[in-house]
Amino acid sequence: MELAIGIILGCCALGAGIAMIAGIGPGIGEGNAVSKACEAIGRQPESKGAVTSTMIMGCAIAETTGIYALVIAILLIFVAPNIFVNVLLRAIGK
Amino acid sequence: MKREKDFKFILVDILLIIGIILPIVCGMVLDVLTSPAVDGVNITGARIYFTINMPIQDFPITEAQINSAIVVISLLFLCLFLTHGIKEKPDSIRQHIAEYIVEKTDSLVHDNMGRYFMSFAPFIAAIMGISLLSSLLSLVGLFPPTSDINIIAGWSILVFFIITHYKMKCGPLYYLKGLTEPIVLLTPLNILGEVSTPISMAFRHYGNVLSGSVISVLITAALQGLSQKLLGWIPGTLGQFPLLQIGLPAVLSIYFDVFSSCLQAFIFAMLTMLNISTAFPQEDYLARQRRKAEKRRIRNAGKMISTN
Repeated sequence: MELAIGIILGCCALGAGIAMIAGIGPGIGEGNAVSKACEAIGRQPESKGAVTSTMIMGCAIAETTGIYALVIAILLIFVAPNIFVNVLLRAIGK
Repeated sequence: MKREKDFKFILVDILLIIGIILPIVCGMVLDVLTSPAVDGVNITGARIYFTINMPIQDFPITEAQINSAIVVISLLFLCLFLTHGIKEKPDSIRQHIAEYIVEKTDSLVHDNMGRYFMSFAPFIAAIMGISLLSSLLSLVGLFPPTSDINIIAGWSILVFFIITHYKMKCGPLYYLKGLTEPIVLLTPLNILGEVSTPISMAFRHYGNVLSGSVISVLITAALQGLSQKLLGWIPGTLGQFPLLQIGLPAVLSIYFDVFSSCLQAFIFAMLTMLNISTAFPQEDYLARQRRKAEKRRIRNAGKMISTN
């Protein structure tokens, strides 16, 4: 009984950690975008406003997958354990 | 005579300012009265104030709904305040602010959506204002409605309906044909792409605001523990008082609350504009209008001949 609940809690924490591996992708992507934007501003300083707003836009879109992973991780930590433990208890019949 | 008019003007001004501030104060009072006493880490969703019994499913009234209503009322009075007593030649600061907002939104919509969509400027400004004020509501300690998925899902479903409406401007058959565009085999993926637009818009905004508030709460709790470890040896209440909590969370709040809120409001409005304007097949629509006009002309000509 305690073992089962312990496995549930541990697996939820592990799953949250594994889900956040998705943070690598947006990190690389946003880094690329910002470096290119810096190059562009260095070449043409007068186009700073347009480049900056486009870059922020692109960063926000690149961030999406990371945000999905974050939402899933938050759900796994704060919401899922309660639900899973309740399901287990109901299955046992307590 | 002039003096009395001035008095009336000031009175209306004061009433409008009260209209801006009063809903937020009411929300804070409601929050203080109903919040349960907890200490340490407490991350929950929106509290349910009361539930309305409905035949199919009960309808809970949550903190997020109340707070978004507060934001809407405050924004309404703010707009009334900014446009109160506008003249042809602006001489007050608030009229300058109002004109600045309108001009900025107009130019944004014109640059991103084109001339055809200029009537969308008030809608975009409304989305931006509501999103911004909702996120900034966390600065006064209230639950920000944007960190509840239901509120933002409502907005993005609204945007989804507008997008689909503009995709169907050339008729439903044109829209259905567009789903099978490169090859018929890709139809399921295209349908998935249609559905994923509102979901991704909602989750982007929600995830950003939620992550900010979760990180703020975690850091606040960690600072409490740290200050008890470091300063716990001081006797009396000073040792129990979380000294490190003063100031440091406010610095983080500048990024997580102020900057992130402004950015997300801008991005949500920007994505709305881009999605709507790219969904509209302008050339096909114009060609279709031209074809229709031609058909009508031919039919009218035929009628004229038959009546003659």
